[in-house]
Amino acid sequence: MSFDIAITLARGDRRLDYAFTAGPGLTALFGPSGAGKTTLLDAVAGLLRPRRGRIAVAGTPLFDAAARIDLPAEHRRCGYVFQDLRLFPHRSVRRNLAYGLRPGAGLDWDHTLDLLGITGLLDRMPATLSGGEAQRVAIGRALLSDPAFLLMDEPLASVDGARREEILRLIERIRDELRLPILYVSHDRSEVERLAHTIVPVPAA
Amino acid sequence: MAPLSSAEWEVLLLSLKVSAVAMAAALPIAFALAWVLARWRFPGKVLIDALVHLPLVLPPVVTGWLLLIALGPDAAAGAFLERTLGLAFLFRWTGAALAAGIMALPLMVRAMRLSLEGVDRRLESAARTLGAGPWRAFATVTLPLCVNGILAALVLGFARSVGEFGATITFASNIPGETQTLPLAIYSALQIPGSDMQVARLAMLSVGLSLMALVLSEGLARRSGQEKGRHVL
Repeated sequence: MSFDIAITLARGDRRLDYAFTAGPGLTALFGPSGAGKTTLLDAVAGLLRPRRGRIAVAGTPLFDAAARIDLPAEHRRCGYVFQDLRLFPHRSVRRNLAYGLRPGAGLDWDHTLDLLGITGLLDRMPATLSGGEAQRVAIGRALLSDPAFLLMDEPLASVDGARREEILRLIERIRDELRLPILYVSHDRSEVERLAHTIVPVPAA
Repeated sequence: MAPLSSAEWEVLLLSLKVSAVAMAAALPIAFALAWVLARWRFPGKVLIDALVHLPLVLPPVVTGWLLLIALGPDAAAGAFLERTLGLAFLFRWTGAALAAGIMALPLMVRAMRLSLEGVDRRLESAARTLGAGPWRAFATVTLPLCVNGILAALVLGFARSVGEFGATITFASNIPGETQTLPLAIYSALQIPGSDMQVARLAMLSVGLSLMALVLSEGLARRSGQEKGRHVL
């Protein structure tokens, strides 16, 4: 199983329960805004501790309350593409991309830049990028950190209509060529039906 | 105008030494306090906040008197510091540095706290997912994003400590060559009839020192601004 998740999360006063397993490829969490999808991604990334349960990705337990396993975020090897991107504003695109680079591991630098079409942006500062450019840099930064799996939170949210198709094709290529398990959050049905091998509905809380 | 006399040099260098040591000692303490106040939540935080700000609102002479009580010859804390670290404060330049540091601390904590609160913590969590442990995330994301605030705090603190008068004269006394910093020397000169020229020269020195500090801080801020490029946070 790529994703094997059964957890209880607390968000404010609300309790959120998630339980699903998914095979290889892209797994989409599909549901309305405010249903707690991002909260779930944060828990998988190790940025938020579940009340109880277990999270395993590609057979590796990342969190298991019963077995007292709680891998710190920096050891989970997740490539997280945040909805708000979170590019480091004080670092150039080049130094953003290199932040998670591990020598001798992961994807080839040139090939990844080529795949994303961001070779020409290396010396720019994040504040000068357009929405689509910033989105591709954020994806590149996650890919170059040698991830064991990807978390993508509404990666089309900050992209306008014309760039949408471009990013969609890109995600398909990442899914098919790199063969990384992807947990993908969206509230758009057509997007999910096009990309996902497994769809996990997340009902409104 | 004639170049500085040896007595004036002494006052100037002592002032610089006292303020530099005060800043070196206050910097880590102020940053730790700013961090605790900006990032932690615990009962009694209001009390810590109030204590840190106390030297800002108390008459400086009261702060000096409190130091005298805490570190004076009969005080346990003073005896302990002298025995273990060999640190004596009373009537020493170290006492002037301590008074200057404590008077500057609230201003430094305020400036650092503001800049720390301005750092987007979501960027730190992004660094963690990219494989950075807490220390690396701090050094590569948090610190560069608040370094201007830290520089501003240092300049503010330095200016405040060079001007420190009340707590210093109460706690460390006014001893030429040991605790007589620039403001204290001006005060002493004012007590002597017919010393207008001497007062004017020391006052000019004071103005020059303050201007230099301002120019330096402006230069530092400009340089770090260039390295960082334009950014929105």
